Amino acid sequence: MRKSLFLATVLAALLAGCASGVKLSDVPVEDKSSASAAGIGQGSGAGSGVASVVTDKAGNGIGPVGVSHVVYFDYDSFVIKAEARPVIESHARFLQSNKQRKAMLEGHTDERGGREYNLALGQKRAEAVQRALVLLGVPESQVEAVSYGKEKPAAQGSDEAAFAKNRRVEFKY
Amino acid sequence: MLRYAIACLIFLAQPVLAQFRVEVTGVGMTQMPIVVAPFRGEATSVQKPAAIVQADLERSGVFKALDAGATALDELSRPDWSAWRQRNADALVGGSLTRLADGRYDLRARLWDVVKGSDKGEWRETVPSGELRQASHRLADWVYLQLTGQPGAFATRIAYVTKASGRYNLWVADSDGEGAQSALSSTEPIISPSWSPNGAQLAYVSFESRKPVVYVHEIATGRRRAVANFRGSNSAPAWSPDGKSLVATLSRDGGSQLFRIDLASGEARRLSTSAGIDTEPAFSADGTALYFVSDRGGSPQIYRMPAQGGPAERVTFGGSYNISPAPSPDGRWLAYVSRIGGQFKLHVMDLQSGQNMPISDTGADERPSFAPNSRLIVYATVAQGREALMTSTVDGRIKARLAGQGGDIREPAWSPARP
Repeated sequence: MRKSLFLATVLAALLAGCASGVKLSDVPVEDKSSASAAGIGQGSGAGSGVASVVTDKAGNGIGPVGVSHVVYFDYDSFVIKAEARPVIESHARFLQSNKQRKAMLEGHTDERGGREYNLALGQKRAEAVQRALVLLGVPESQVEAVSYGKEKPAAQGSDEAAFAKNRRVEFKY
Repeated sequence: MLRYAIACLIFLAQPVLAQFRVEVTGVGMTQMPIVVAPFRGEATSVQKPAAIVQADLERSGVFKALDAGATALDELSRPDWSAWRQRNADALVGGSLTRLADGRYDLRARLWDVVKGSDKGEWRETVPSGELRQASHRLADWVYLQLTGQPGAFATRIAYVTKASGRYNLWVADSDGEGAQSALSSTEPIISPSWSPNGAQLAYVSFESRKPVVYVHEIATGRRRAVANFRGSNSAPAWSPDGKSLVATLSRDGGSQLFRIDLASGEARRLSTSAGIDTEPAFSADGTALYFVSDRGGSPQIYRMPAQGGPAERVTFGGSYNISPAPSPDGRWLAYVSRIGGQFKLHVMDLQSGQNMPISDTGADERPSFAPNSRLIVYATVAQGREALMTSTVDGRIKARLAGQGGDIREPAWSPARP
């Protein structure tokens, strides 16, 4: 009885969509690539450079082989730890040898706290890595710092082990 | 044998309400006892107006719904006053639902004052079947207005996000979480939905291009465009009261700072000038000021500055972590989230006196949003191990868990009043 009622409610809701003016998801956003969004974007910077931005943001590029693409952070911290330095230096060398390649630095936080504030914290982490790369001679135009906040944890769980794996910046090529 | 008989009685007396999965908890100091009788003709309808009205009135915290029994009572009835007074009811609603030849429905109701034994008025609407839920919410608003003198907020909408099986959806639903329709479906996260002042559009942050970008999305047509896709991260959209610009958090200058984006030209003008994080802008009720979160003092606190930018004054002083400011439309309250002892708890501040108090029993509260009548707050939290949307009265006394789509559910935003 409950199941058929549920189905009937769903059916009614679907039918209601025709009348009440909320377009159903037959215009879904398909996450094929960044192409569509970069095309729509108004203020992405160099107007005629959209094509190259799309190519570089395709996300399937490979960075330095055999080098970790993740840097971890302590709680409430944006300080690059000593053990991260060799990783950052490897990526800096790669970017300087491959001047047409661009890297996206994705900042992340653990799950504690608000989504927007964590977005800003993740941004701080990504920018710390960006600064380190720039200090090593990488042009700022080759790296973009963005944040996912707490939206894309690498590890599930609400313990310190999971938190530690989620406080990170990832290199995406 | 007696226990079995009692169990049977309880089962039979179970109100039709149960199917809507409303869980209301708490007791108010003075709740008006009301009876919403089953409407004649609704038994065969999927949408049962009496049940929708009863759930709305209970969720408001102002009413305590008494068991109406199973007998329908229509708007032409002559109620048995002594029977209802014996049950301690103050008010009674009855009505009827009639399917017309053209397929539309005629919904009628009458409100009685049980104490005085008098008729407080009749309500009726004729609607297509697809609008029966919304019409029932309008009826609930009418009952609420007649009995409290205040406008209800049931015929309004809530937007929220779910994550299920690797898919994110942005939903637009009735104020009770029911009747949800997907406005956006994506394999990447969606956060921070925000209603335009005329209720026709939603701004939100989508990660579909592998970085946070602010979109403006016309709900009825699905037409949308990216309005903040600058270098770095773009997030936290807040509509100006005239609907012509958004204030958002951009990292294009480095860090996270507040910018005002003119929607017609796409131009962004920087509003905040701190060296740290400034985010989560929210316009004050009168539109002259912006509340926002800043860590310029060393930890995230809520500040207020003129809407055009300018010197900011600090608003929160308790504890070391105060975020997500949500001012009430009537200018009286500020809801926000405060971290106390590691727990993230919904608080409400009286803006006149500055006094504030926690109003939830949970520890992972997020994103409060006021109803347009300033009487209820919707927020996201974790209850019994699962993400849930809750509504609460402003004093925290009456809470209800909203029905909603399956999967993790978060990021609620209450629409403006329907024009």
